Amino acid sequence: MNMTADAPLLAADGVPLAVKLKRAERRKKLRAALLVAPLAVFLLATFILPIALLLYRSVENPEVPAMLPKTVSALAGWQGQGLPDEAALGVFVQELTAAKDNKAMVGNAAKRLNMEISGYRSLLTKTVRAMPLDPAAGPLREQFVNIDERWAEADYWRVLRHQDSRYTGFYLQSSLDIKRGADDSLHMAGDDEAIYLKIFGRTLWMSAVVTLFCFLLGYPLAYWLVNLPTRKSNLLMIVVLLPFWTSVLVRVAAWIVLLQNEGLINGALMAMGFVDSPVQLAFNRIGVYIAMVHILLPFMILPVFSVMKAIPPTYMRAAVSLGSHPIPAFWKVYFPQTVAGVGAGALLVFIMSIGYYITPALLGGPDDQMVSYYVAFFTNNTVNWGMAAALGSLLLIATMALYTLYARIVGANRLSLG
Amino acid sequence: MSVASPDTDVLVSFRGVQKSYDGENLIVKHLDLDIRRGEFLTLLGPSGSGKTTCLMMLAGFETPTAGEIRLDGKLLNRVPPHKRNIGMVFQNYALFPHMTVGENLAYPLKIRKLPAAEVDAKVKRALGMVKLDKFANRYPGQMSGGQQQRVALARALVFEPQLVLMDEPLGALDKQLREHMQLEIKHIHENLGVTVVYVTHDQSEALTMSDRVAVFDKGEIQQIDPAETLYEAPVNSFVAGFIGESNAISGTIEHVDGDFCQARLTGGGSVSARAVCVRQAGQPTTLSIRPERVMLGERAVGCANRFDATIAEFIYLGDHLRLRLDFAGNSGFMVKVPVPEVDPAWQVGNRLSIGWRAEDLRALDPLAA
Ligand SMILES: Nc1ncnc2c1ncn2[C@@H]1O[C@H](COP(=O)(O)OP(=O)(O)OP(=O)(O)O)[C@@H](O)[C@H]1O
Ligand SMILES: [Mg+2]
Repeated sequence: MNMTADAPLLAADGVPLAVKLKRAERRKKLRAALLVAPLAVFLLATFILPIALLLYRSVENPEVPAMLPKTVSALAGWQGQGLPDEAALGVFVQELTAAKDNKAMVGNAAKRLNMEISGYRSLLTKTVRAMPLDPAAGPLREQFVNIDERWAEADYWRVLRHQDSRYTGFYLQSSLDIKRGADDSLHMAGDDEAIYLKIFGRTLWMSAVVTLFCFLLGYPLAYWLVNLPTRKSNLLMIVVLLPFWTSVLVRVAAWIVLLQNEGLINGALMAMGFVDSPVQLAFNRIGVYIAMVHILLPFMILPVFSVMKAIPPTYMRAAVSLGSHPIPAFWKVYFPQTVAGVGAGALLVFIMSIGYYITPALLGGPDDQMVSYYVAFFTNNTVNWGMAAALGSLLLIATMALYTLYARIVGANRLSLG
Repeated sequence: MSVASPDTDVLVSFRGVQKSYDGENLIVKHLDLDIRRGEFLTLLGPSGSGKTTCLMMLAGFETPTAGEIRLDGKLLNRVPPHKRNIGMVFQNYALFPHMTVGENLAYPLKIRKLPAAEVDAKVKRALGMVKLDKFANRYPGQMSGGQQQRVALARALVFEPQLVLMDEPLGALDKQLREHMQLEIKHIHENLGVTVVYVTHDQSEALTMSDRVAVFDKGEIQQIDPAETLYEAPVNSFVAGFIGESNAISGTIEHVDGDFCQARLTGGGSVSARAVCVRQAGQPTTLSIRPERVMLGERAVGCANRFDATIAEFIYLGDHLRLRLDFAGNSGFMVKVPVPEVDPAWQVGNRLSIGWRAEDLRALDPLAA
């Protein structure tokens, strides 16, 4: 040992062994990097980049700073009472005049300001149309109030002053029902204004219910499947996976056919005399739950099944031979060993549920829509990328938080099994 | 065979037990077996001979298709497995991976609702017995195969069952560790006086450890005897071939005379042998002799059976030499010679006279061709 510390070991050709080893390792690493390069590029372009853009869009705020860069900095000195001073208004007039011909820029800024106070859009376009103002014709303050009386209200100036940065927390705050008060402080929106927290709550609750039902239905099924002879269990596994062979849209459509008031199920129930009038199964929460559980069930069954498959039947036999009744033995000995699979399945189902759009949109009523519905609404109907991105980002954050939690719990569990 | 009257010495008795999984093939054909209190009984047999099935019926995880099993005189057929109070050691140990060694051992005691102090004391004692005192807080996954094996053993014994079943418990260990554990299990058995039914298909394991060995084949017990009897006096040609090594020579019975008989070898020549499973003249037979019972050269003089043979091959094995001989149409006739008795003049192709005593050659049932 001491000898090798003094003189490094040499390979046959006289190069130190450590250097040779490093070279060989480097070549191996390079080869590995080349092999994964296509996938890495693909993922970067189709996954990481869009997500980064999404996160960026949720805080980006270019519209007003692009049109009125000097005005917003001039407004920084304003006290928040009455109208800004003449100098600031002079800058405002200059920039409004300069932007007069750029319809798109004015339109964007007006739309952005309208999100803060409704009516701002018309106010801004009206004011732009009135440009230029002549400073000699009297104090600018009076001229502004003459264009529109709303300029006399401090609120409109306060909103403008807040547009001093190209980044804003506005969308994320709105997504969490946080409002900015007259004194610039943040506070939770009142019950009548709050929307999104309720929707997030509903999304999480519906996902939790779907996950629970998937577990209740999937766990016994997986247990039954592992205890069947291999040939039978393979056949039944194909049946479990059968739903994957048709698109979600087709399956939801099929559920509508089955569940609606004139559908097969209601028809059968009424024909057999269980009910007199149709039971409302579609276009409400029940329909959404039925279809989502059906679509997501395989994602619970597969991981649970694969974990159960790896547990030899001797564990249960051992527990029973030690004197335990089979039922407590199941909970004490078998179930704890399947927790990793249940966790994986629940996580999968839950994460997929939170992002569900098409099933609630088609099979649910207005009160059954989840966050994704509003993401679609903001992108398709109002073209509000900021809100769409903010809601999406919050979903992403919730998913990642859940994943971390799972990794913590199951990771720790693994360790103790190790 | 021990189809004795139910005396108090018998702990377990199988009577006319049969088992079929598919309703067509009998895996266990007809089992009558008495297991004595405190004995170490091994079920030995080739793969698929029904050993595990017998053990599982005793433990209650399989139900016999016919017949009855009694434990301590009590009929077991209707007793569910968790009420049988039988300890079990499995081949893969089946230690619960999410519980520490201590918790694994406490499991059967807690089910029996023992007070905590007693549980602790018993767990400690059991761990001491398998020399793992310091491992109570380890998880099974953090232990070596041999250590896990001992934990499994301790867990099967900790609730003091009167009967412990072990199904190839050492199958996963390497040879050295296996031999060490064989002795350890044997000592534990001697110290505790518990009855052990042990399954293996390793015959040296069976011979080392057991008071009695039951040789299984095709769902039937071929012979049940102490190791020495099994080796020296096999009752049929399956047992003779399965336990140890033996030379099988085919022939036909010429006449039977009390305990002995005269047989004509298929390859020519006539021998006298001990009549084991032969009744009358004209019967085909397989004659069996252990390689170490064959005498060579001058030692063969005066033997009841003497032949000339040709040396075909030498195999040197350190403490002894094995000679393969050509004799009476048999080209695989093996002889074991202790090294000091080897004549240095022997060479391949030499003719040699061989012989053996009539009582060492056993006339058994003919081997199926
Ligand atoms: N659950 C089962 N269903 C159907 N057949 C079975 C079942 N268990 C065992 N068998 C069959 O019964 C026969 C005996 O099996 P068993 O496990 O008792 O043999 P064994 O003597 O223990 O063999 P090994 O030494 O290989 O463990 C085998 O042919 C096996 O295929
Ligand atoms: Mg077996």
